[in-house]
Amino acid sequence: MKPRATGEGIVFDVAVIGAGVVGCAVFREFALAGLGAVLIERGPDILGGASKANSALLHTGFDAVPGSLEAACVREGSARYRAIHHRLGLPLLETGAIVVAWSEADLAALPGIVARAHENGVMNVRQIDAGDVRAREPHLALDLRGGVLVPGEAVIDAWSAPLAYVLQGLAHGGAVLRNTDVTGGTRDADGWTLATGQGPLRARLVVNCAGLQGDIVEAIARPSPFSIRPRKGQFVVLDKTAHRLLRSIVLPVPNERTKGVVLARTAFGNLLVGPTAEEQQDRDNATIEEPALEALLEQGRRMVPELAAEPVTAAYAGLRPATQFKDYCIEALPDRRWITVGGIRSTGLTGALGIAAHLHRLYARHFGALPPAPEPIWTPVPNLAEELPRPWQQAGRDEIVCHCEMVTRAEILAALDGPLPAGDIGGLKRRTRCMMGRCQGFYCTRRVMELAGTRLPGLVSALPAGRG
Amino acid sequence: MRRRAIIVGGGPAGLTAARTLAEAGVPDVLVLERNPDAGGLPRFAGHPGWGMLDFHRIWTGPAYARRLVAAALAAGAAIRTGTSVVALRPGGVEIATQAGVERIDADIVLLATGIREASRAARLVSGTRPWGTVTTGAFQEMVYAGGMVPFRRPVVVGTELVSFSALLTARHAGIRPLAMIEAGPRITARRPADLITRLALGVPVRTGTRLLAIEGRDRVEAVRIAHAAGEERIACDGVILTGRFVPEAALVRASHLALDPGTGGPAIDSAWRCSDPAFFAAGNMLRGVEHSGAVALEGRAAARSVLDALAGKLPAAATARPVEAGGALRYVYPQRFLPDSEAPLRLFVRAAHAHRGVLRVLADGRPIREQRVNALPERRISLCLPADAVRGAAVLRVELA
Repeated sequence: MKPRATGEGIVFDVAVIGAGVVGCAVFREFALAGLGAVLIERGPDILGGASKANSALLHTGFDAVPGSLEAACVREGSARYRAIHHRLGLPLLETGAIVVAWSEADLAALPGIVARAHENGVMNVRQIDAGDVRAREPHLALDLRGGVLVPGEAVIDAWSAPLAYVLQGLAHGGAVLRNTDVTGGTRDADGWTLATGQGPLRARLVVNCAGLQGDIVEAIARPSPFSIRPRKGQFVVLDKTAHRLLRSIVLPVPNERTKGVVLARTAFGNLLVGPTAEEQQDRDNATIEEPALEALLEQGRRMVPELAAEPVTAAYAGLRPATQFKDYCIEALPDRRWITVGGIRSTGLTGALGIAAHLHRLYARHFGALPPAPEPIWTPVPNLAEELPRPWQQAGRDEIVCHCEMVTRAEILAALDGPLPAGDIGGLKRRTRCMMGRCQGFYCTRRVMELAGTRLPGLVSALPAGRG
Repeated sequence: MRRRAIIVGGGPAGLTAARTLAEAGVPDVLVLERNPDAGGLPRFAGHPGWGMLDFHRIWTGPAYARRLVAAALAAGAAIRTGTSVVALRPGGVEIATQAGVERIDADIVLLATGIREASRAARLVSGTRPWGTVTTGAFQEMVYAGGMVPFRRPVVVGTELVSFSALLTARHAGIRPLAMIEAGPRITARRPADLITRLALGVPVRTGTRLLAIEGRDRVEAVRIAHAAGEERIACDGVILTGRFVPEAALVRASHLALDPGTGGPAIDSAWRCSDPAFFAAGNMLRGVEHSGAVALEGRAAARSVLDALAGKLPAAATARPVEAGGALRYVYPQRFLPDSEAPLRLFVRAAHAHRGVLRVLADGRPIREQRVNALPERRISLCLPADAVRGAAVLRVELA
């Protein structure tokens, strides 16, 4: 089942288009199942689209639409992450969440939230009174009215997880092609010949995990049944000292007027406020906007007044590949030797491993049984989470390059090397945390460029001769 | 081993303090510096302009940094580079070195961790987030220490003294800034700098001009700016965000020491003592930027206070009384004063915004000083009050009306 050479080159069993978190998990799934898998990404690195900017939460699915595919994938994805995270060196901050009611209307909505959670099989969700919320979160504003406790919601590292999935897929013989845009394809009895910027690529099965480009890629196989309607979310990251102000993830009560914002700790020891939810046409550019960031900060301070004293560390925006449908659009097209994975809006990080398991079953049903896989090779990624040991704490550590995030030279060099080296500066930052801390590169940019400048071309050029 | 004094940060304030302590005979002064070299931010400003106040010479930043290091070492202080202080604890600090994480105990810890410029994120600048937006500090370090340039035709945001340092650095690197923009109605730095720009560097300075957004996908492609006449797009390949210095006070924020939200640095009394009197602080971490010469002199003054503390000659910290800022003031420091001191009391204030008015000092509600000022938010105003004027007072209040 390994890729075999043909007259025209390699024929892969499965080509996964799109190296967002879903594509990474699907690639891992098929590679671990023993198929010859290739992951194709148009950007210079994985996670360049929707997956580069999210809230990094591992959801329980307590608030999903009961019976939906999303609910099932989130539930299974969460369970699978919990089962394997330690094998891959991935963090899991068991923070739990509280859906906090700030008004009479919010309060009235809480029983419905609990009922839906139970319908979704998340049975440990329960309503708690205002005193209980305050006892758990003493820094919340005093006008809170009550809450719903969701013990299983957790915080993870949204970038290391998909990286670990890909590395494990690579260890199982998979291949990753970056800077490779899929522009079209033709199908014959054996499968697909995909037209890419790097030349034709043969695969017996294509899985469309193209996220924000999902409907465009889908058009290679058929008129897309869904259309992507990018939804922008902006976030503000507050200083690490804000981390002590909350233990749980604070979730809003969704209502008709506003989605409300989430307050959550991050695996890296910061506090996150966001997202906004803004429809836009542009699939590629997610701008941050000062008024929206100010509004997020204001909302954060309304919930936790002490946030007023906390400096802003970072601000970012991401696009979610929403469609006209609420649920995921996942479908196997056996005649076309194609699997569609579209419209994975905001639960993709949690759902990814569940979606991958779902696809494994779809494959077995439509494209042939998969033999039982041998015990996987585990490829742990370097830890970036604050709560777990980091290299800077170890005796014999290398020079610290980024002082805000305590990133050593060895970590940066490692991220520029290995089976999936950082493909751009964003990839390097996501792999190491360098330049991601409170100074945002004031202290470390030069040193990072000295280490990475030649590996990541186009960032800096040499000073003109005679000016050194 | 318990030391007499450790100093956190090997820049102008910390090194000058170390030299002062060592020259006075403190035998085991230790400077902890996280970088591979001590010297602080001047290390990366390769043009002349350093040393006037403290060495009465004019050197380049790197030359000045070397002098600071040499003077501290010659006096007998030890400097441990590559040593990150990761936590301040009562009685000492925690450090991370190549030997792992350990604790150092000391009678006195002097904090001198300096400043950094506000990042693009902290300024909440709108737009995309492509490569090519840097602070002056990062830019100068790339040019002077790294021999590299990140862009050719940037736009410079801000007109503080450091902004002109950025222009000099750009000229050195053969970089031609397209414009220097300033949101305020006038240049922030004092006038000669204005002249430098127009006469020597040929960079158009545009006051009353705000940065609206940064554009570009992988690299900066343009900025959008706004001025009285409307909006404008300038195609460029980089943005240098200059100034808006903030104290590098992360260690303080995470520690048991009190932080002043006005200055963003540790709150001190008039003897440079933090809320834990075994901790002292000096230099730019107290309040954002002053020139390194002034910072060095602060390091010396704080070190003299440390010497008094080691000799048991400093008035008890518990006798200190609050100094409050009011009206249009953003802050006052020191935030506490010693009402029984024999020395004159020097206070420093800054306005929250440009304000022409009366600056008044009240002791227990009674005016003891009144002066007309034309205050700008970037300019520090210093007040020297005779010891008699504040003796016995329970609270001082400085207000700008």
